[in-house]
Amino acid sequence: MNAPVNVPPKQQRTLLRFGGSGGWTSAVTLVALMVVLPVFAVFYLALFPTENIWAHLVDTVLPHYVTTTLKLMVGVGAGSVLLGVATAWLVTMCRFPGQRWFEWALLLPFAVPAYVVAYVYTDLLEYAGPVQETLRAYFGWQTARDYWFPEIRSLGGAILMFTLVLYPYVYMLARAAFLEQSMSIQAASRTLGCTPWQSFLRVSLPMARPAIAVGLSLVSMETINDFGTVDYFAVRSLTAGIYDTWLNMGNLGGAAQIASLMLVFVVLLITLERLGRARQRHFSAPDRFNTLLTFRLHGWRAAGAWLVCALPLAAGFLVPVWVLGRYAWINLASSWTPEFAAIARNSFVLSATAALIACALGLVLSYGKRLYPTRGVSLMGRLSSLGYAMPGAVLAIGVIVPFAAFDNSLDQLMDNLFGISTGLLLSGTLFAVVFAYVVRFLAVANGAVESSLAKVTPTMDMAARSLGYNSLQTLFHVHLPQIRGGLLTGALIVFVDCMKELPATLILRPFNFDTLATHVYQYASDEMLEASALGALMIVAVGIIPVIVLSRSIAGSRRTERG
Amino acid sequence: MFSFKKLKPLAALIALPVAAAVTTPAQAAEEVNIYSYRQAFLIEPMLDAFTQETGIKTNVVFAKEGLLERLEREGRNSPADLLLTSDFGKLWDAVNKDLTQPVESDVLEQNIPAQYRDPDGKWFGLTSRARILYTSKERVKEGEVSTYEDLADPKWKGRICTRSGKHNYNIALFASMIQHHGEEKAEAWLEGLKNNLARKPQGNDRAQVKAVKEGVCDIALGNSYYFGKMITNAKNPEQIEWAQSVNLIFPNQADRGTHMNISGVALTEHAPNKANAIKLMEFLSGQLAQYMYAQENFEFPVRPNTPRSNLINKYMGEFKADEVSLAEVAKHREQASKLVDKVGYNN
Repeated sequence: MNAPVNVPPKQQRTLLRFGGSGGWTSAVTLVALMVVLPVFAVFYLALFPTENIWAHLVDTVLPHYVTTTLKLMVGVGAGSVLLGVATAWLVTMCRFPGQRWFEWALLLPFAVPAYVVAYVYTDLLEYAGPVQETLRAYFGWQTARDYWFPEIRSLGGAILMFTLVLYPYVYMLARAAFLEQSMSIQAASRTLGCTPWQSFLRVSLPMARPAIAVGLSLVSMETINDFGTVDYFAVRSLTAGIYDTWLNMGNLGGAAQIASLMLVFVVLLITLERLGRARQRHFSAPDRFNTLLTFRLHGWRAAGAWLVCALPLAAGFLVPVWVLGRYAWINLASSWTPEFAAIARNSFVLSATAALIACALGLVLSYGKRLYPTRGVSLMGRLSSLGYAMPGAVLAIGVIVPFAAFDNSLDQLMDNLFGISTGLLLSGTLFAVVFAYVVRFLAVANGAVESSLAKVTPTMDMAARSLGYNSLQTLFHVHLPQIRGGLLTGALIVFVDCMKELPATLILRPFNFDTLATHVYQYASDEMLEASALGALMIVAVGIIPVIVLSRSIAGSRRTERG
Repeated sequence: MFSFKKLKPLAALIALPVAAAVTTPAQAAEEVNIYSYRQAFLIEPMLDAFTQETGIKTNVVFAKEGLLERLEREGRNSPADLLLTSDFGKLWDAVNKDLTQPVESDVLEQNIPAQYRDPDGKWFGLTSRARILYTSKERVKEGEVSTYEDLADPKWKGRICTRSGKHNYNIALFASMIQHHGEEKAEAWLEGLKNNLARKPQGNDRAQVKAVKEGVCDIALGNSYYFGKMITNAKNPEQIEWAQSVNLIFPNQADRGTHMNISGVALTEHAPNKANAIKLMEFLSGQLAQYMYAQENFEFPVRPNTPRSNLINKYMGEFKADEVSLAEVAKHREQASKLVDKVGYNN
């Protein structure tokens, strides 16, 4: 949320632009083109399929894919908003034992990939798992026919799994919104006779709605993109349908058609997110340094609040880590091998590289848009977030197609001209994997950079430029030092997302190459969770780092009275 | 203040993998590159034995999906020499997409009976496996179910478990039903089978046997070698209990025989290490590798006179296999896949 600046946009633009060059616009265009390349490749395949099975899909499975996906999105969305907003409100506005600790701990489930919680809870809750075993022993039941137990591998189970690890998106954004709300409005509502509940429902919640909408759209995108979990739980979502049509039915065109349909969903979500962000800007300047009006809870209220916060934390983080930790410990000797170290190194290097590139490109996009807020540039910015909308496997096709075409035509050209074969320069290399990561997660990096760049008042640019810096110098000497935090946050989120990335890595990777995610998947999907526990635990451990950084940066946005 | 100096390590980090990627050689002296649909740990022992014997290094990309597509796009510059698959369908797709090339080898022709290889040498089977029924020892009487056709009988309502209807193994079986009965009857049968399912298709073949042990269902469809893998599983002893809870039924012994599938290998069209690749193909069809397939993976070796594992002999004995041509069955795979959608098998 920014203080409004009283410079008319038109004038602002001219002020910022002087001395600059069209270089920024071209750079933004170039980045956007790079990202949309795979998207266009997929569209092209969808429009010109070798054998059109669209009619067959519409007649048979497509309605089921669509309704399943909608149910999944609605369920996960509702669950995440409920958990995220409730916990965010409690830790921000109430004071109860453990509250300060929950502030950051509630973000921890964010570090656990959805497919990993799915493996863990299946292990716990299936027939042979400890929960049902205990029940059977206690009640003397013999087989599954003697009692009813909810099936974890189901749509409901999938909704629960996603909610457990995705609610932190809503929590994070809702908490930031509550922290930044003007306390005078809240105080006014209280003096006008609102109870705390009414004040929450009628003042704080509506004011936080845009932030919640942004969180909700992120949650939904993660949900529809997932493959590992829905595959394991046999939930037939659109993404599962894409896989099935492409890889089982061998119809790439049909898969691309479903992917295009899915893109419609995503465009809706992006619009929701944009609307949310746009509305945020119209808020009054917050009195950030006023202390929050907090409620001190006692007795059963405090216990209730504690429980509401403890449950998602326990279910989304403590239980999975405990289960994985136990397996990892038991199998430590057989899991901790030189090969495992190499796999972990692969994950680190790849993810770090992708994170740095994504942030650099995100900076180009955001800064270009700041200098030239034209319609064209902002369209490019929006285009470049399309990659986030592509399920990993679809993205992999989108990368393979243009890369292989480029490699083979270059090879042909060099062969004709000089008689040398250049072979496959890009396909099947780590470059292709990193490229896919960057395309997929550029939107995340861009979002982080853009929002922190927006907090730097344009008067800074004007001062720097009038003192003789050009746009690049201004960026390096004025902006970068101020947005380092945002850059770091963006880089860390991308880093963790890359560590978890599975389907594109599986398809694009070079020979004899594994990352932690592929290593975990190979065993866990074949129901050998114990062999993959160490790898899964490591992904979670790495994921905790940005969680801590994130929570510190949110807390830093307002100096609250600590009580 | 921010300065370019601080960027140096970052630049190095970016440059490193890119440089590594660019300089990674596609071809080196003595090696074979394999795109494998078979789990890496299943084929590793044979590949290690090959390297030990010949000194030729093997490089593997394993993925359950997408390798054919990758091979197709990479075209004539693809580094892959061999395609290893766990069912016939994928081999057949590779041949149909012109991604393979014929191999003429006396060794291969000698080792692999004609029914398990392409007359043109474009694909070779390495092992065969039967798709059998695992029935509960407690809840299914002997002789109560003896054919695939029986599975559509309404008396089994809510008592059958299978993995996804779209999995290659099931598609191959459903395609063979179309081959034997025609599409219309096959659809009615599939509809009947779907109505008998105890739960939505999920998990792998082993998970179905597990479900029988747990009482979720009474009959499971699965490949034959999983039985061996489970009953000898010292690492996960609970799998031994799963295997002990079931009888093995080889369907259709009184008529056409049990549906069979193969795992196989094909030489890619543009294989850069052709000679080494053929050496590996010959090795995999040879005595040692075939013996290992039989002993370690409990598959049926294609090479005649290769001893089957004792365990297989103990539990499975001799049985009648469906002799229908794999290529004929494979022609119905697409139809089968559409039938699965049509009856909503996986929903």
